[in-house]
Amino acid sequence: MKYLCLVYGEEAKIAAMDDAECMSCVEGLLESGHFIAGEALQSVETATTLRIRNGKTTFTDGPFAETKEQLAGFYLLEARDLNEALDKAAKIPPARVGSIEVRPIRQLQAEAQT
Amino acid sequence: MTDALANHLIEEVYRLESRRVFATLLRLLGDFQIAEEALQDAFIAALKQWPNDGVPANPRAWLVSTGRFKAIDALRRQSRFVHGIDELADQLEADTPDFAAFADDDIEDDRLRLIFTCCHPALAEDSRIALTLREVCGMTTEEIASAYISKPTAIAQRIVRAKAKIRDANIPYQVPSAAALPERMNAVLQVLYLMYNEGYLASSGASLTRADIAAEAIRLAELLLTLNTDLAADTEISGLLALMYLQESRRDARCDAQGELILLADQDRGLWDHHAIDKGVALVRRALKDGRYGVYSLQAAIAAIHAESSSAATTDWHEIVGLYDVLLRLNASPVVELNRAVALGMRDGPQAGADAVNAIYQAGELSDYHLLHAARADFYRQLERYDAAQEAYETALAYAQQVSEITFIERRIAEMKERQANCRR
Repeated sequence: MKYLCLVYGEEAKIAAMDDAECMSCVEGLLESGHFIAGEALQSVETATTLRIRNGKTTFTDGPFAETKEQLAGFYLLEARDLNEALDKAAKIPPARVGSIEVRPIRQLQAEAQT
Repeated sequence: MTDALANHLIEEVYRLESRRVFATLLRLLGDFQIAEEALQDAFIAALKQWPNDGVPANPRAWLVSTGRFKAIDALRRQSRFVHGIDELADQLEADTPDFAAFADDDIEDDRLRLIFTCCHPALAEDSRIALTLREVCGMTTEEIASAYISKPTAIAQRIVRAKAKIRDANIPYQVPSAAALPERMNAVLQVLYLMYNEGYLASSGASLTRADIAAEAIRLAELLLTLNTDLAADTEISGLLALMYLQESRRDARCDAQGELILLADQDRGLWDHHAIDKGVALVRRALKDGRYGVYSLQAAIAAIHAESSSAATTDWHEIVGLYDVLLRLNASPVVELNRAVALGMRDGPQAGADAVNAIYQAGELSDYHLLHAARADFYRQLERYDAAQEAYETALAYAQQVSEITFIERRIAEMKERQANCRR
């Protein structure tokens, strides 16, 4: 089963973390076969939010929500169950300064749901 | 066998075994809804067959096997309408367990799995309690709702939401690994502790004690203790169970015939249940001797000192204050500080007690906690400062929610007014 681990935190604290530590975390997850994908994000100052309403597209500067803790990166993991996913998520370094939200991936349904 | 006898036996088996059978069906079938229906179908089949064929040698195994068969059968019938169900039925049929070799140990492991799943820390705290009462203890949503002064629909919704999360986030049905066990056991103990507290002293509403919930919490703690002794070694099950026994021993002395609250110091200690006290004291001794004590064992040790004292005056308050100091080092909380302040007042006199409680009051965290104001009031009362006492009782009254506590405080306010009138005379 796939789980998306969303990394949230105060940007200054996340920025102060050592990239090398995050890279070695990724390597460990690759070796154990849990890593599917993952990236760190640029600061929210670079974010653009887009909406389409009544067929009209609008763009706004900045993130979807202005909060103290911002989305800073993500890991897409393969795990047997939530316990294993939480166990792996606990190894993501920013867990110590921010938070990791662990969400199961939903399969899109090709057929109409009954 | 007569029908009446068979029906009576089936009722007995249902009462004793249904949640065990459910726990095993849930492991075999992997879904709460399917397992619950399978359980009901198995008992319906028993009602039909047992009166004619007699009760099987191993009713538990019969029920599990029948329930599982009925579930597969039901899935096959649905497969015409729901895509993918046939594969599920095939898969269930393929892993047919050997019911002849059905050991009681397996069943007990399934009960543990169920407890750990219902108390999973990824579930909301109030959902864990509702789910545990429903699935492990077999209480109905109506019973849980009446115990928690809540609407059955609200409780049902909480349970449905928790089950959906278990399914969608794939929370596994297993006893945690040795490495994760102590932490996960703490989550289970916390659920039992909250259940017991709610059962012992209801936070609001008319009934001071809710004996059912308290009894279920004790039953589960006893079960955890007997299920697996390895589990008990590194955790605080015995400390928590000791605490529950010792609190429970005072149940009959805690209110008068009108249901009004009686404080510890004023209780008739002859009404305390000495059998429960003995069990609690033995458990807490063992926990403290092992040196692996924690917050529950320490609270149990404090309760044990009370339980073994013949009156409030002869209680060893030095020892109690000392235990609160250790407790504060392990788990600093304003409520523990308040309890320590009250014990300090008993040791060093009401002025010291009032000063200690006021210091906590000024720190601000408990300023809307009725028991803080009741404690201040009680020390002022002992100091014969009836005006200050009355004012503090009135503040306590504003925050109290539980009927017998409100009655108690109102009685004290009337008493304080009378004392002031007498002084003026």
